[in-house]
Amino acid sequence: MTDAASTTARMQDPSRRARLAEFWYYFSENRGAVIGLWVFIVLVVLALAAPLIAPHAPNAQYRDAILVPPFWETGGRAAYPLGTDAVGRDILSRLLFGARYSLFIGVVVTLLALTTGIVIGTIAGYFRGWVDTAITRLMDIILAFPSLLLALVLVAVLGPGLTNAMIAIALVQQPHYVRLTRAAVMTEKNRDYVTAARVAGAGNLRLMFRTILPNCTAPLIVQAALSFSTAILDAAALGFLGMGAQPPTPEWGTMLAEAREFILRAWWVVTFPGLAILITVLAINLMGDGLRDALDPKLKRS
Amino acid sequence: MALLEIENLTVTFETASGPLKAVDGISLSVKEREVLAIVGESGSGKSVSMLSVMGLLPWTATVKADRMAFQGRDILGLSPADRRRIIGKDIAMIFQEPIASLNPCFTVGFQIEEALKQHMGLHGQAARRRAVELFEAVGIPDPEDRLGHFPHQMSGGQCQRVMIAMAISCNPKLLIADEPTTALDVTIQKQILDLLMRLQAEQGMGMIMITHNMGVVAETADRVVVQYKGRKMEEADVLSLFETPQHPYTRALLSALPENATGDRLPTVSDFAIEDTPYTGASA
Amino acid sequence: MSDIVLEARGIVRDYHIGGGLFGKPRTVHAVKGVSLKVEQGKTLAIVGESGCGKSTLARIITMIDEATAGELFIDGEKVDISSGRLSPEMRRRVQIVFQNPYGSLNPRQKIGDVLMEPLIINSDVPAAERRERAMTMLTKVGLKPEHFNRYPHMFSGGQRQRIAIARALMLNPRLLVLDEPVSALDLSVQAQVLNLLADLQDEFGLTYVFISHDLSVVRYIADEVMVMYFGEAVEYGTRDEVFSNPQHSYTKTLFAATPRADVESIRKRLAKKAA
Repeated sequence: MTDAASTTARMQDPSRRARLAEFWYYFSENRGAVIGLWVFIVLVVLALAAPLIAPHAPNAQYRDAILVPPFWETGGRAAYPLGTDAVGRDILSRLLFGARYSLFIGVVVTLLALTTGIVIGTIAGYFRGWVDTAITRLMDIILAFPSLLLALVLVAVLGPGLTNAMIAIALVQQPHYVRLTRAAVMTEKNRDYVTAARVAGAGNLRLMFRTILPNCTAPLIVQAALSFSTAILDAAALGFLGMGAQPPTPEWGTMLAEAREFILRAWWVVTFPGLAILITVLAINLMGDGLRDALDPKLKRS
Repeated sequence: MALLEIENLTVTFETASGPLKAVDGISLSVKEREVLAIVGESGSGKSVSMLSVMGLLPWTATVKADRMAFQGRDILGLSPADRRRIIGKDIAMIFQEPIASLNPCFTVGFQIEEALKQHMGLHGQAARRRAVELFEAVGIPDPEDRLGHFPHQMSGGQCQRVMIAMAISCNPKLLIADEPTTALDVTIQKQILDLLMRLQAEQGMGMIMITHNMGVVAETADRVVVQYKGRKMEEADVLSLFETPQHPYTRALLSALPENATGDRLPTVSDFAIEDTPYTGASA
Repeated sequence: MSDIVLEARGIVRDYHIGGGLFGKPRTVHAVKGVSLKVEQGKTLAIVGESGCGKSTLARIITMIDEATAGELFIDGEKVDISSGRLSPEMRRRVQIVFQNPYGSLNPRQKIGDVLMEPLIINSDVPAAERRERAMTMLTKVGLKPEHFNRYPHMFSGGQRQRIAIARALMLNPRLLVLDEPVSALDLSVQAQVLNLLADLQDEFGLTYVFISHDLSVVRYIADEVMVMYFGEAVEYGTRDEVFSNPQHSYTKTLFAATPRADVESIRKRLAKKAA
């Protein structure tokens, strides 16, 4: 039995490796995507290793070091490489721990929006008729609101806090997934292999989730990568508006909000969290573009 | 005199899984007023070699040849754009999917007048008159009215007629027809083939008929080139090819025709002991 | 041996088009009252041009779509997909093979899973036996056991069509509807698949409904021929009757239009050209 299993593994190996190689070929054609991937990997490593490499605890306040500039400025200290904020917390440490929050927000929001969006979209695209009309109209209504405004209203209703902010952002993002899934399911549904499965006796659930859905993944992966960055951005915006993560959480948007009043006196307090958001979002977007090049069959056939 | 001469043509594509030789050392020539059929199955490189003559291959393709000449003039050294400008008037091409070959955003009249403007320098009324003439020549009823139609308002056969009208609009010396009837029904196929043969005789064009259908070959060709996996298997005039096929592959193709079936079973290519390596994915 | 596997009486199928915000709804009659009968082990070929309703008829026979009117009997049992669900037993009896081998296999499913899926859905055959039966079928259609774990994109068109045939046979159907099964294939591969179909018919006593537009293929494989034209059966009879003595003018046009690849007609053409 183990023998059979190992031969099985060997037989499918070349195919999978070839597919991976092909994926990498198209992905690596895009220089920006590769850079984005590396930056993203570094970010993940930094976030995971934050407790080990951060010079200070994120919420430790040093009364003797309030608004210390970065080390290369006059008055800067090597102990606080990127300076400190108005209550004497080390900015570098807060940024490192903040990366954990940002990535966590991105993952949770994307997963939440993705799963609900896929389920709703598959139902709409598969059954059509009034179910489809009802769902698409509802999604159109959600999309008609400016997304941040809607998230803000939702948080106002649910109450401020990181969890509620994530739920609100997921809800705002999920119509995109619904539309994408619905469109993909509608085209796949008419393919012969789906009809063949139906003739073989497959029921609706099996057709929807086992037969059709696996063939709709490429655009969803790309959308997920791109909306990962939007989630981080929206969470930061909500944090900045005081509706997201609450102080003293070292979330990047919240850090920006706290530093607002020092923007003229101590540029580093706003600049570094802002840069962190910029770099992360940019890296993920670049990576998403590369994913699209590699996964979207419409762009691949050249 | 030979209209088009190709010697030892090789076309290689750069793909994600390494280089792929689509055409491997093909030589062929077409004389004036001659109909040459290139027969082969999918993947035999029959379309690619002609696209390379037209300079229509994507940038991933590398074209090499010892000689490629049109009416004795070498065209190998020219860039694709130059080549199209020089020979675009004299060589015309029609494709398999007539509806897809026309731009759905414009009326067929606009598209044919555009072609006339480009190649013949005709404008306004003159172009219009010529377009009507051409539509009449290819047997489109009510041509003046039809010029205002969009491609989606016409059937596949009608669209192919429009494509043919465009192709002959500048009196080409050579017409390359790439599977012109594959997407059409049998009765329409007959009409289109008859039309092509009539135009070829009337205008004294040379013609290259790319096809996989032995019936089409039998009905149109003077001379036949049989291609298999990018190589030329056999070249013969049409009668001797069907009467006394020399190469085993040709024999296999002919006996695989269901109408030639003698017994209960159809002979297949593998019965003729030709090495046949099926496509085994990107690893190959 | 004169079991009637498939009988259809007056099958009608209308499509309603439009009826949206603008424009009047239109009704298209795709199939206009077609009746047919096929005995076990025989092949009925349905010939016609695109848009003549032959594929619609195939979908009705396969119980994918519902007929607007008319009755369909499989093995003498009346098929009724409108009221409630079709019994799995009924569904099992008719299977279909499609024209396009590139669209009819799920790209994310390994060949083994493709073949085992009908068994998983319709029966409680244990996993080991499922595998066994899929392997047997795989070799029966001329593929090798090592193809079991490969994905569809690694196969050529002809091999994919073999897989599609194997999948259709996994449930031991009585009737196989072949919707242009060789039109998308190269000539030499076409011959192999036709041979395979003939072998399988002998071995399993299968009944075929063979949809095609290619008269030479039909002449080779069919016992009976039906010619369809704009939704109607304009000609219906045994192969020899239809081919030797076509009655309807459309059938005659169709025969005249089919390109002939024999030496005699080439000679005639060349002589005409030289003259």
